[in-house]
Amino acid sequence: MSDVTPWSEVLELVRPATVETLYMVLMSTLVGVVGGLPLGVWLHMTSPVGLTPKPLLHRVLGAIVDVTRSIPFVVLLVVVGSLTRLLMGQAFGSSAAIVPLAIAAVPFFARLTSNALREVDSAIVEAAVTTGAGKFRIVWTVLLSEARAALVGAVGVTMLALIGYAAMAGAIAGGGLGATAILDGYNAYDDRVLYVSVVLLGVLAWGMQLVTDWVTKLVDRRRAATNV
Amino acid sequence: MITVENLTKTFTQSNTPVAALDDVSLQVPDGSVCGVVGTSGAGKSTLARCIALLEKPDSGAIRVDGTDLVSLEGSKLRAARRQIGVVPQGDSLLRQRTAAGNVALPLESAKVPAAQRRSRVAELLDLVGLADKSSVYPDHLSGGQRQRVAVARALAAKPSVLLADEPTSALDPGTTDSVLTVLERARSELGVTVLVVTHDMAVVRRIADDVAVLEEGRVVEHGKVLDLVSEPGSRIGSTLLPETDQASTLQLDSGGHDVVAEVVLVGFAAVGALLPEASSRFGVELSILGGGLTRLGDTPVAKFRVGLSGERSESALKWMIERDAHVRRAPVSVDGVAA
Ligand SMILES: Nc1ncnc2c1ncn2[C@@H]1O[C@H](COP(=O)(O)OP(=O)(O)OP(=O)(O)O)[C@@H](O)[C@H]1O
Ligand SMILES: [Mg+2]
Repeated sequence: MSDVTPWSEVLELVRPATVETLYMVLMSTLVGVVGGLPLGVWLHMTSPVGLTPKPLLHRVLGAIVDVTRSIPFVVLLVVVGSLTRLLMGQAFGSSAAIVPLAIAAVPFFARLTSNALREVDSAIVEAAVTTGAGKFRIVWTVLLSEARAALVGAVGVTMLALIGYAAMAGAIAGGGLGATAILDGYNAYDDRVLYVSVVLLGVLAWGMQLVTDWVTKLVDRRRAATNV
Repeated sequence: MITVENLTKTFTQSNTPVAALDDVSLQVPDGSVCGVVGTSGAGKSTLARCIALLEKPDSGAIRVDGTDLVSLEGSKLRAARRQIGVVPQGDSLLRQRTAAGNVALPLESAKVPAAQRRSRVAELLDLVGLADKSSVYPDHLSGGQRQRVAVARALAAKPSVLLADEPTSALDPGTTDSVLTVLERARSELGVTVLVVTHDMAVVRRIADDVAVLEEGRVVEHGKVLDLVSEPGSRIGSTLLPETDQASTLQLDSGGHDVVAEVVLVGFAAVGALLPEASSRFGVELSILGGGLTRLGDTPVAKFRVGLSGERSESALKWMIERDAHVRRAPVSVDGVAA
């Protein structure tokens, strides 16, 4: 048992770790949305209830998305190690952790996107079709626009999942609050560092949820007060 | 002008074919309102969806102003869709857009410049009586208001044809009236040809010039409402016209009439004057045994069961027939009681 670490040192440990966690989560969420949104739209469009049903393609896309999603993250972390080295030049640190995190985020967000789009009432979509709108316009002004609240919610859910994954990635590849909690806290028998890290992870998750809720309210115009 | 020729559409439901449309043909003349009625599952929506170019029929032709639209694809299909305004069955407004935003949607599809778009949207919201609701979101509008916004949206891109699928289902009578008024204005002020699908005969009574009755995918009656009402055996006639109460007729008949007949009268002049004039001109005693008066659109229509007594009863009936009354004689038994 070591002496209790002074608060100033704890702060010095967790401050950069918090930034690293934020960095990992936000970057991989970004990649997840950029890659997952079009994939999710494609998945929805080719589905039986979509605008351009293509059963075979839909099944293949669905299989890819769901198989990737079902790989346990720890396994993904190890499997993509060499890919990470290729992309990032290193397999350790928070930048390196972004690769497996992003790979997990893309199919995750794609599935959430396609679920969100399926909730848009088909009568609304058909009404737009009868106006002579093209596919692109329907995706943009009807599907994505109508599902905006659910999509923002999906970003939030993705971020929360990634906080958990990032802690795991950090513990193995180094970096972030997860690494601090395990390496500097648990392994070093430093309860103060351990608990502070864990609390900070919780606070991050909570904060992200708050921001998500706030943005959802901001973009959801359905029940918006009118300025007549 | 909408022309539907020999339209056939079969769906497969759990491996059994369901003929939603079976050789359906009908015409809707320019600037008229045609009601399509029928029980649930008769194929009304399928017909509307085919004409809206949302569903491809198995065979047959759909012409709007002459050109067959069935086989169109790609940009030609989208252009044809713009010619046809559609009010779909159920709630179909974008919930994330204001009333004005919804009405603007077809104009965006047609790539109308923003300034023109705004004035056109204002025009249309005015037409449907919702000028003050332009920045209200659909969730804050009543069912009838939402339906009127949907009509305004359907009319935005200046289509020549307006299709409405059950525009008044789930609305109370007063609200139904406001939606029907809007459909009527579309016809009278914009000159669009209207096809309205409904199971509510009140809609036909209020606004339809023509009517088509669908049953199990087939047209079993089609024609002008005012023609059909005087046709014996017409379902439209028997639903739209007052009942000529049989039971009470028998009672009243015991007095004994020489002739008992059902008379259908169409129009102000006929309804107002024909019966009394026939009575006085031929010196027959004429009593009304049942039936009553109603209104189809702006036209008063009456259906009476009348009993005539007097020597010249037959001549009186003949005289009425010559003046376009539709007379069906009830068989009279020897003792003068209607059978
Ligand atoms: N997409 C579909 N797939 C399979 N069967 C269908 C489909 N659409 C309609 N049908 C069938 O076709 C028939 C006609 O349906 P349609 O919706 O046109 O009826 P409707 O007259 O509009 O009825 P309602 O008054 O209930 O709206 C019904 O038997 C229905 O089950
Ligand atoms: Mg229907």
